Amino acid sequence: MISQVPFEHGLILAGALFALGLIGVMVRRNIIFILLSIEVMLNASGLAFVVSGSRWGQPDGQIMFIFILAMAAAEVSVGLALVIRLYHLYQSLDADRASRMRG
Amino acid sequence: MNAPFYIAAVVAFLSTFMVVTRRNAVHALLYLVVSLLSVALVFFLLGAPFVAALEVIIYAGAIMVLFVFVIMMLNIGRQTAEQEREWLNPEIWLGPAVLTLVLAGELIYVLSRMHGRAYALSVVSPKQVGIALLGPYVLGVELASMLLLAGLVGAFHLGRREGTGGERRP
Repeated sequence: MISQVPFEHGLILAGALFALGLIGVMVRRNIIFILLSIEVMLNASGLAFVVSGSRWGQPDGQIMFIFILAMAAAEVSVGLALVIRLYHLYQSLDADRASRMRG
Repeated sequence: MNAPFYIAAVVAFLSTFMVVTRRNAVHALLYLVVSLLSVALVFFLLGAPFVAALEVIIYAGAIMVLFVFVIMMLNIGRQTAEQEREWLNPEIWLGPAVLTLVLAGELIYVLSRMHGRAYALSVVSPKQVGIALLGPYVLGVELASMLLLAGLVGAFHLGRREGTGGERRP
């Protein structure tokens, strides 16, 4: 079943989801919520690619989504390893606790 | 036949809003799974069944399971939700949220001014995606495999126990 939605409505959905993810990144201080919001933003950009790809009937949009998926998987594995590390060092998930770097 | 698209879009928007505003991490994670499943439905309705399956399997399956494992390992309890309540007071979140909503409103305005004609969408089959992925985009596949290997090595290095690598505790 193929719905005949206007191309712009898919892009509006992608933009709205991206804005929500951006709000989450800026507002939250818990580092797990920041990672979740980054996932939301990556997913919204992938949605924009897929919508554009289906508008012109080309597979390139879906291929870009697959690359975004691989990048998100790598990012989230390193990010969660950093979260565990941070929690063991500071016993807290506050992103501001790690504001000072030491060599 | 485009009511399912709008229903899925509204569900995705509302559940993503709940992700951003929840205090408990597990609740936010469950809402994020709902959001990803509704986005997968949008993909299916837009004629991209392969990507819809990948969204369910990898995003809503594997990546969310990683988050669940980490939240379980960190053993976040009730006091963390209380801490979130202190962190989320309006004078902190109001400024960035309003500015981002202004930008999003501008984006939606520009997009809605384009002529909103409904195009007959065509299904892009998994076969076409596979042919293009291993044809013109094969270099990108190799680069993605190297990126995943780098992520694996990085996660292993960061997740080691203390004392095995000679690093100091501050």
